[in-house]
Order: sequence, then structure tokens, then C-alpha cells
Amino acid sequence: MSDDHDDSPIAARVRELEAILEEKGLLDPRELDQVLEAFAAKASPANGFRVVARAWTDDGFRARLLDDANDALPELGLSMGGGLQVQQLHVVENTEDVHNVIVCTLCSCYPLSLLGPSPTWYKSPAYRARVVSHPREVLEQFGLTLPESTKIEVWDANAESRYMVLPRRPGGTEDLTEAGLAALVTRNGLIGTAAV
Amino acid sequence: MPRLNDVGGQDGFGPVLEELDEPPFHADWEAHVMAMNRALIGRGIYNLDEFRDAVERTMSHQSSYYENWFRAIQTLLKERGVV
Repeated sequence: MSDDHDDSPIAARVRELEAILEEKGLLDPRELDQVLEAFAAKASPANGFRVVARAWTDDGFRARLLDDANDALPELGLSMGGGLQVQQLHVVENTEDVHNVIVCTLCSCYPLSLLGPSPTWYKSPAYRARVVSHPREVLEQFGLTLPESTKIEVWDANAESRYMVLPRRPGGTEDLTEAGLAALVTRNGLIGTAAV
Repeated sequence: MPRLNDVGGQDGFGPVLEELDEPPFHADWEAHVMAMNRALIGRGIYNLDEFRDAVERTMSHQSSYYENWFRAIQTLLKERGVV
């Protein structure tokens, strides 16, 4: 974490509000550290990478994941209940004909526990506005050029629903272990702004 | 009338800018705002839907993500007479 901006006016205003809340007994400084530690421990893209690797190697798991991800995640010791409320996860599978990409046009809904902290661009009005109207152009900005014949489906998350993309397994990976496959997956691959 | 946050399909926000190797927070105060919000929701000072609503009605596209969060937290605490 950077302390670069701690002399900024907003940093001072945040500290001031914290002090008031502490004085009123509504906030405990240790509580903030606990929240941040829990967040850092639970929200990791490595979780999403493991889910994808299992789906690539276990057809039964893949079917259960696509059918009801919340039911399938506990098989890997994961759940969608780690945050402030339980959300329904929908895993959308890329195929030869269809490429999926996720967004939250209203705010920043995102499966944090599986993808880690969301990047600023995902929360930016530029991405949220444009990916629904010009998905092919936005994917090209990320360096992903899809054949004209590939259909692009854009999934808009909301307060109750989250989405994660199941990328296509790359060719020539038949000999890789599940851990080796997980190492190929990227955060942007789970959002859909990259292939794997 | 749609709220300011409802940007899907709109033009004029410019290109999508990707920051490589982006850290989860760009400054310590951002992490504090995130943690403060979770703690206040955890204590029932307000709930998650009330927080979302507050962000949507007080946000500005000129402000950063966590600046908008901080403004929403301040608004809710003021409205509830907490500060």
C-alpha cells in the first residue's frame, strides 16, 4: 500500500472522520486492520484460476459450475458468501463461437473473492459505457481481436448477481497438471478482456 | 430519469485506460475508506443498499472511485445525525 498521497486534503479528511468515529465508539482502529487483512486474504484471483483449471480438467465439475456456480464452488473450498452479502455467481463459458465479457454498468459489481480487487478501468465510466455498445472495439483496445464470426456476449452484473468468464483451454496443454493450467489463467481472462 | 451512475451505452467518456500492475489501492486513505465502509455496514449504521443509493445520488464523474465512496459515507453519517 502506498503512502504517497497521505498529505493530500482528502487523506486528512478521512483521518479526521476516523478520529470522530473512534471518539464516538463507532470505529475501532484495530477493526480497520482486520477488515483489510480479511479482504486481502479472501479476495484473490488465484481462486478464480483454480476454478478454471478444475473446470478444464473435470467435465463433471464444469457442468456443475455452469449450472449453479454457488453450489459447485465449495468443492474447491470456495464460496460466494465471504463479503457483505451472498451473491449468485454465473459462470459463462467461452466457446469457438461465443466470447463472453463482464461489466457492471451501474457501479462496480465484481466477484472479488474469485478475481481479487477490481482494476480501476473496470470501475471507470469509459469501460462501463462503451463495452455494452461497442464490445469488439473495447476488446481490441485490450489487444484482443476476435474473428468477425465470433459472437460477443456482454454480461451486466448487479447487486445480486456476479459473473465470471470461463476462458477456452489453450491448445497444446494436454500434459499440464491442474496447477500448471491454473498458472496460464489471467485476471483479464476471467473478465473476458483477454483470451488465455 | 436515470441516475448519473447509469452510464451503459453512453458516449463521451474517452478510451478505456488500463494501468499495468495496478495495486489494489493507490493511497492509504483509499484502503481506509473501504475498510471504514465495511466496518460501518458491519455495525448496522447503514446497510449496503443504502450505501449504493448514497453513492448513486452523490457521485460525480469528476471524482475518483474512492472519493465518491467517501462522499457517500459522509452523506449517510450526516443524514443519520452521527456526525
